[in-house]
Amino acid sequence: MFTAKRVADKKDWLSGRDHDWEIILGLEIHAQVASNSKLFSGAATEFGAEPNTQVSLVDAAMPGMLPVVNAFCIEQAVRTGLGLNAQINLYSRFDRKNYFYPDLPQGYQISQFEFPIVGEGEIEITPESKNGDGEPCIVGIERLHLEQDAGKSIHDLSPDETYVDLNRSGVCLMEIVSKPDMRTPEEASAYVEKIRGIVRALGTCDGDMEKGNLRADVNVSVRKPGGELGTRCEIKNVNSMRFIRQAINYEARRQIDILEAGGEIHQETRLFDNKKGETRSMRSKEDAHDYRYFPDPDLLPIKITDKYIDDIRADMPELPDARAARFVEQYGIPAYDAAILTDDKAKGDFYERLVSTGAKSRDAKIAANWMMGDLFGALNKASIDLDDSPVNSDGLGGLLDLIGDKTISGKIAKDVFEKMFEGGAKTKESAGEIVERDGLKQVTDTGAIEKMVQDVIDANADQAAKVADNPRLIGFFVGQVMKASGGKANPQAVNEILRKKLGL
Amino acid sequence: MSDLTKLSLEAALAGLKAREFSSVEITKAHIDACMDAADLNAFVTTDFTNAMKSAESSDAKLAKGEGGALEGAPLGIKDLFCTEGVKTTAGSKILGDFTPQYESTVTANMKADGMVMLGKLNLDEFAMGSSNETSYYGSVINPWRKDEDLVPGGSSGGSASAVAANICLGATATDTGGSIRQPASFTGTTGIKPTYGRCSRWGVVAFASSLDQAGPITRTVKDSAIMLQSMAGYDAKDSTSINKELPDFAAACDKGVKGMKIGIPKEYTMDGMPKEIEDLWQQGIKWLEECGAEIVHVSLPHTKYALPAYYIVAPAEASSNLARYDGMRYGERVEGDNLYDTYERTRAEGFGKEVRRRIMMGTYVLSAGYYDAYYLQAQKVRTKIADDFKRAWEKCDALLTPTCPSAAFAVGREVNDPVTMYLNDIFTVTANLAGLPAMSVPAALDNNGLPLGLQIIGRALDEETVFAASSALEKCAEFTAKPEKWWV
Repeated sequence: MFTAKRVADKKDWLSGRDHDWEIILGLEIHAQVASNSKLFSGAATEFGAEPNTQVSLVDAAMPGMLPVVNAFCIEQAVRTGLGLNAQINLYSRFDRKNYFYPDLPQGYQISQFEFPIVGEGEIEITPESKNGDGEPCIVGIERLHLEQDAGKSIHDLSPDETYVDLNRSGVCLMEIVSKPDMRTPEEASAYVEKIRGIVRALGTCDGDMEKGNLRADVNVSVRKPGGELGTRCEIKNVNSMRFIRQAINYEARRQIDILEAGGEIHQETRLFDNKKGETRSMRSKEDAHDYRYFPDPDLLPIKITDKYIDDIRADMPELPDARAARFVEQYGIPAYDAAILTDDKAKGDFYERLVSTGAKSRDAKIAANWMMGDLFGALNKASIDLDDSPVNSDGLGGLLDLIGDKTISGKIAKDVFEKMFEGGAKTKESAGEIVERDGLKQVTDTGAIEKMVQDVIDANADQAAKVADNPRLIGFFVGQVMKASGGKANPQAVNEILRKKLGL
Repeated sequence: MSDLTKLSLEAALAGLKAREFSSVEITKAHIDACMDAADLNAFVTTDFTNAMKSAESSDAKLAKGEGGALEGAPLGIKDLFCTEGVKTTAGSKILGDFTPQYESTVTANMKADGMVMLGKLNLDEFAMGSSNETSYYGSVINPWRKDEDLVPGGSSGGSASAVAANICLGATATDTGGSIRQPASFTGTTGIKPTYGRCSRWGVVAFASSLDQAGPITRTVKDSAIMLQSMAGYDAKDSTSINKELPDFAAACDKGVKGMKIGIPKEYTMDGMPKEIEDLWQQGIKWLEECGAEIVHVSLPHTKYALPAYYIVAPAEASSNLARYDGMRYGERVEGDNLYDTYERTRAEGFGKEVRRRIMMGTYVLSAGYYDAYYLQAQKVRTKIADDFKRAWEKCDALLTPTCPSAAFAVGREVNDPVTMYLNDIFTVTANLAGLPAMSVPAALDNNGLPLGLQIIGRALDEETVFAASSALEKCAEFTAKPEKWWV
């Protein structure tokens, strides 16, 4: 039931005129089931097809057409439910949600209202915080149910007409409803990340927010910390992690401003305008439809057995939490790193390829640092998905191998990485090739280093004389030698030889 | 040649197979009869050109000793079944010139069996009505006309009239609350609504999904068995279709009723019901007893709640099923000032009065705050009614009741009095609510010379018993009366 016992950390309270405020957040995520055909028809679901080319007679609601449930979608819902540690209901039912709109050909959406296929569950999330490590917290899942997507109304092709594309009509969605357990924008986006990670690991949803196959409705209310719950507003269809945080920040502040000015919040549905960074009213509760839900008489209730569930459970892939625990155990990396590297299947797969392939086994901790630091940093900056990264796991692995066998220093490696990333898929140059081409090989030949050291000492005789009194000056000499070597000299060897020659 | 229209379907099929006459001959005879009978307004759309082509191709098959169970037989199709390339109206203006690109499973089965389709038969709009007066395409007239035009019953009024008037050998129909049995009773024809799920609903324009069921209207019990055999069968495209092998319905007709227990439910009577219907019911009991059946008296205590429950469930489902007729993708559209105005004008002008009434009722009973009091309560009544039947089946194998509380009435008499009109279904809706097979057999003429039917209701999936008992009634009743042919 609606509980909101948890009170946000004081640091997360929003300051107000008379007292601080706490944000209460609940999310509804719509995740498109990764299926080749729709929930109740055989039409294809491929993204980006020409308008109205993936529409069956059922999807267009031609007279006399009947829905037949796609068993694959039921299986994916159960699989996802298990991934959310949730109750799987042996009995569930499809209901009709009645309303008129041109992109809803039947005049009703087939959904699960009274008897969803998945009941309560919970997941642990680790929100990012400013100082690095975040505190894990638990978010309750209220339910997961299956429903049909509507088509798409296109208003901008003609000044006075609306076009309708029914390709999405009837596509299977899982609606995952959280309990109002989140308290900060970061928790909300971490929750979406977590759900996304789970469905992607399970393969039940592609989780691509840009393509709209994972989208979130965010319910926002504010209250005096620990006090009575406020009236909530629902922000519809927010489609990126950043927008989720932005929308919440804007909406919470809007509500606080209203309340502090003596006004009251009216329950309503709002839209997030990502260009202006603000939410605006879409419809109020008074305008809300009476959906006249009733059981769909064209469909039989879904009855599944314990064996059916057990068979799916036996076939479950490793989920992010289990994978993170294994990473800590197997690779000896910190829990926080493990959580980040497993929150998405692609990241975990990349990391595992990175540490477990290659000629020698690579240092797992260094590999993690490289991924989370340089690689993610570069990808973020360039807004590229890991899957499309110009440096793949073999490429990065090759670079790590060069560090490992002391061919290059860590510092040079960063330059090499940049070159690899920029050259990207076009040149496909390996780290080794770049090192070779640009002559970046670390100099470990002590004779050569000795000569460079001697040259530097000779050129800086004054400083050399002061070293005995001020040993910290050695840093200056190291720097000069490295500079002279173009960064290629092995820093340890330089250090040793310098100490010897300077009599330290 | 005109006597070919007087054959039973069974006899016609035998004659075709024996090459006593060709499909072209019998089809032509029926086309002529159809054209003569325009006054009955039984057809919305005729398709004689294609009928003749089908007949020719049937003849080619028959000549080779091939052909299906309905090969070469000219039949009519209720205009609720979608037929590929042939306009399908559901008796409504709102569908406009809608011409499906697909064929309903039932008619596809019949075409595969060699049926010759004469055309699409008139009906109450969206099968909502008990007199065939709600059709946008005009009232159908009962061939049993006396001094004034009589209704053929509804909603399958076109089917019943056409079969009674010998303008087709048999016709498909559908039955949501009595729409096969009541018109059969009003026209001296025979019709069965099989167990819910026997005939696929795929491609049949929906009225009330949990009640709609297709079946035949024919001139004999055996003819119904032959047609149903072709129409029925499991269809994966209908989730409520029953995946059970079909028994041999025609063979069941000859089984007799010796040792069969026939239940007489005391609740199947109504205030103001003509005495002759009561007498006919008693006569039916005697007939079955004479044939060797044992009569037992049973009680179905929740019967009186059936009609109100039906008039909640059926409109509720209809209000949702008919939401797709919005003028956006097919059918009629009346442009308005904006989207909602267009919806309102389209639906206000596209739907007739009775359909609008039922959409309003259905919308109301599903509304927030009323759902529990109406829809949920009606569903509970439905369970009680099903339980009543289950208890009855402990004592008997089939039930005998009147089909309707009256004979055919005059056109215009009840159409403006919905409650009286709804009472026509009082003995038939129970079988729909419980999903049971039920058949109407013509049994006698009333004092005005109008036909009256008796109804046999059977256990779910036990059409065989229904056919056996109906056949016995048919033999005893020896109903051979035909309407005077006033329409030529």
